[in-house]
Amino acid sequence: MSERVAAQAMERLAVRKTYKLFIGGAFPRSESGRSYVVTSSKGEFLANASKASRKDARDAVSAARKAFPGWSGATAYNRGQILYRVAEMLEGRRAQFVAEVVDADGVSAKKAAELVDAAVDRLVWYAGWSDKIGAIQGSANPVAGPYFNLSSPEPTGVVAVVAPPMGPLLGLVSVIAPVIVTGNTCVVVASERAPLPSITLAEVLATSDLPGGVVNILTGSAAEIAPWLAGHMDVNAIDLTGADAELAVTCEELAAENLKRVLRPPAAKVDWLADPGTGRMTAFLETKTVWHPIGT
Amino acid sequence: MFEYAPAPESRDIVDIKPSYGLFINGEWAEPLAEERHKTVNPASEEALAEVAWAGEADVDRAVQAARKAFAVWSVMPGSERAKYIFRIARIIQERARELAVLESLDNGKPIRESRDVDLPLVAAHFFYYAGWADKLSYAGFGPDPKPLGVAGQVIPWNFPLLMLAWKIAPALACGNTVVLKPAETTPLTALAFAEICQQADLPPGVVNIVTGAGETGAALVRHPDIDKVAFTGSTEVGRQIARSVAGSRKKVTLELGGKAANIVFDDAALDQAVEGIVNGIFFNQGHVCCAGSRLLVQESVAEELLDALKRRLSTLRLGDPLDKNTDIGAINSAAQLAKIRELSEAGVSEGAERWSPACPIPDKGYWFPPTIFTGVAQSHRIAREEIFGPVLSVLTFRTPAEAVEKANNTPYGLSAGVWTEKGSRMLWMASRLRAGVVWSNTFNRFDPTSPFGGYKESGYGREGGRHGLEAYLAV
Amino acid sequence: MTTPLAEVASSASTLRAFLHGLPGVDRVGADARAAMLATRSIKTTAKKQAIDLAISMVDLTTLEGADTPGKVRAMCAKAMQPDPMDPSVPAVAAVCVYPDLVATAVQALAGSGVKVASVATAFPSGRSSLEVKVTETALAVAAGAAEIDMVIDRGAFLAGDHVKVFEEIAAVKAACGQSHLKVILETGELATYDNVRRASWLAMIAGADFIKTSTGKVSPAATLPVTLIMLEAVRDFLSATGRKVGVKPAGGIRTTKDAIKYLVLVNETAGPDWLDPDWFRLGASSLLNDLLMQRQKMATGRYAGPDYFTLD
Repeated sequence: MSERVAAQAMERLAVRKTYKLFIGGAFPRSESGRSYVVTSSKGEFLANASKASRKDARDAVSAARKAFPGWSGATAYNRGQILYRVAEMLEGRRAQFVAEVVDADGVSAKKAAELVDAAVDRLVWYAGWSDKIGAIQGSANPVAGPYFNLSSPEPTGVVAVVAPPMGPLLGLVSVIAPVIVTGNTCVVVASERAPLPSITLAEVLATSDLPGGVVNILTGSAAEIAPWLAGHMDVNAIDLTGADAELAVTCEELAAENLKRVLRPPAAKVDWLADPGTGRMTAFLETKTVWHPIGT
Repeated sequence: MFEYAPAPESRDIVDIKPSYGLFINGEWAEPLAEERHKTVNPASEEALAEVAWAGEADVDRAVQAARKAFAVWSVMPGSERAKYIFRIARIIQERARELAVLESLDNGKPIRESRDVDLPLVAAHFFYYAGWADKLSYAGFGPDPKPLGVAGQVIPWNFPLLMLAWKIAPALACGNTVVLKPAETTPLTALAFAEICQQADLPPGVVNIVTGAGETGAALVRHPDIDKVAFTGSTEVGRQIARSVAGSRKKVTLELGGKAANIVFDDAALDQAVEGIVNGIFFNQGHVCCAGSRLLVQESVAEELLDALKRRLSTLRLGDPLDKNTDIGAINSAAQLAKIRELSEAGVSEGAERWSPACPIPDKGYWFPPTIFTGVAQSHRIAREEIFGPVLSVLTFRTPAEAVEKANNTPYGLSAGVWTEKGSRMLWMASRLRAGVVWSNTFNRFDPTSPFGGYKESGYGREGGRHGLEAYLAV
Repeated sequence: MTTPLAEVASSASTLRAFLHGLPGVDRVGADARAAMLATRSIKTTAKKQAIDLAISMVDLTTLEGADTPGKVRAMCAKAMQPDPMDPSVPAVAAVCVYPDLVATAVQALAGSGVKVASVATAFPSGRSSLEVKVTETALAVAAGAAEIDMVIDRGAFLAGDHVKVFEEIAAVKAACGQSHLKVILETGELATYDNVRRASWLAMIAGADFIKTSTGKVSPAATLPVTLIMLEAVRDFLSATGRKVGVKPAGGIRTTKDAIKYLVLVNETAGPDWLDPDWFRLGASSLLNDLLMQRQKMATGRYAGPDYFTLD
């Protein structure tokens, strides 16, 4: 049910939300002043979303870089609690998200509810990983000499994420959570077709103790913005999950300039309801190995 | 004076053929490409042998052989694959002295290093990964992880046989087959390794060796029927590879350049720090991607440390790589020597102060004396660009935070060193340095059980340890 | 050196602060450095030179309860002329005996240039009063000992009583008069390399002419890394004070190969200036015959047999 219909039913003119970008914890309009029309899956007008520019992308990268030391330096316990808090806030806005998913995806209310529930559960699942991934990905290495030798995972840095065009909430949460739970910060290019849940998610993030800049969300044209992120020399990695084949090649080529870690688009259609495994976390982790002599 | 008399290792132990073909499908194949080049001993400029520079058609033959062998090798029980790899490790141990001499002849590195570092690590690497071949289901990559297929591997000239081991051992353990291209200036130990594969009765096509230069490597990386690209070398070539695989499903691991900071605090164990600095930058003539090429020394001990370092450098023995007492061998090629000279001259013209110990340089061959630049600023080229030679840039810092900031202020992120006797400070530094390997109170240590690889423009993926399996499994 | 060394020992706290302000020693790094130097390959002419140098640096030692004048006289004969068949073999640097046998040794060695060294100060444990130690030293000097090998009070050192150790060394040094003082640190009991470095400096500040690793009665005795650290100490002490101190590893050095490793260590750590019997000694007994056997092998090209060298 669109908000317009809802408003008529209540015979009261609804107060609409202005959908803006989410950068550094704030909600600015695009510096370009551009917006674009977002419609429901049935073609009804939903909102004018901000159409982010390359300069918005640049600002978002700066915000993500600025947030990186604090977020990656926070304790894993703290990051886990914040992700769990995001899940709590999402749960609290369940009805709103169900409505938005219905509008965006044209699925039934029942299906939408299932997808929103899955998004909440996914956040809870990833929240628990914050202080366990080190035990899974790290190792004490028995080197042949008098040295203490320990390998541990560390976040890669600033990750650009091209969110999947389908699955405006569950897909989005499923690509953001694994990136940030380990301490990365990110700049997300939301689904171009269905960007509204991403901005509503930003409202959830903004009220969940997540430090500003850890997640930055840009709405607009992925084909326009993603290459700027792929070529940005202060971005360490790029998740091309939501990029089409042509955009993915362009971005991967650009990413080579500073040897970004690249997560290519999946070979087959992703079932976002399935067990995600650890691959989306490990794709954006570095292994650091520390040596120290053992002696008196 | 106590002069050490020449103590050369005998080169009679190696048998170098005048000319080599390609190793494809378990046998020596005449190359289709006609281009052949000489590989020279960089210490004497004497030609050692002639090798083929494989063309696209040769690469294709090798990839086809590997593809065919994959059908056999990938379904072989892991325990059987393990035994082949163990066998290779044993043969390497048996022929270690010969391989060390061959490596020093072709590469120019001191026999002390090829004998005491390279060869033991080569054998250990095969031993280590042999043991993984039948334990992959316990490695944390799922209950039945699958190999990728055919791996195209391109390796550098600084540790020819060791880099071969780092590439081939995990690939084979995981069930892949390989086409490996050694560097054009150091092909001989890889060709000797081909014989070792024959001695081990390795099924034909599991390991294929194609010699050649950049074009051969590019043809291998581009080949549509390879599933994996593994490259160790310069960041520039790494970038080209990353670009060329865009849009493919080829899995890529890259181990590229570095400009590591070696950070010495005022409470460091100074004598060992001096040794660590020397080992960090003069080991293997500084032809080491993880070399500690930037010395960051706390200003309060800078003078004392530099005096000690200079005194130590005057004991370094430069000369015949086959002499067992040589510390610094030959620069691997005329081209590399020209690059080191060019950057060193840039250091002088940018205002840094250059120092080398009195050190006689042989008449023939490619040589560069151990060199220190003091008064180096972060903005100087010698503080930013990888020299890949025996040249150390010295900078100072005042506080731990400044040391971290300067150390991380580079597009590279392969390794770093920290020297302090204070444990909490060491761990604080180690956690903030953006580098894949942090050596504290030591430097340039390697072990097959220990993952190695870089952050940022130093590449991606890890070699060594359990982590090194991931590069060769479909996960 | 921020504190002038004369003032360092003025109080327990300044002495402690100085010794604990010395740079630490990383055991693994020091071991690795010593092991690397041990791979030096000394062949042909260099080996010949090294063997003769090593012979000339030997402190030929007997420190047994069963020592007798006869035993000491035989050892002195060997010291002066290690190989009776080959007069080109140099004499050793000194013989090292217990104090009561000094007079015997002095008489046997008269005019030879081979010095007499005596252990003193309640060797090997050092567990006696300062009066006894000083008296024992004075008696050995009076009997003609040109060199005194004293032991430090390891108990006091480990208990942190650096001043006591310092004062004992200074008192013994005074009792030595013109004789040279070698200070035995007994590194096997000091346990850590940091302690070896501190004890080396303590001994040098207190007036040692030589620092010596071991009594030979405690295992481990001399090792390459411990000697490396002591060589670093004398090198640094020279540049800090202008005074040169010698080094003597003792105990466990039995083969020519071992001896040459020590010479390489000296050459590449303290430097060639120390490659002289005045500045480096090897405390040993059975080493000498191995050096002679190797020397003969180099001269004749045949491997030598033990029956052709005297057992004394």
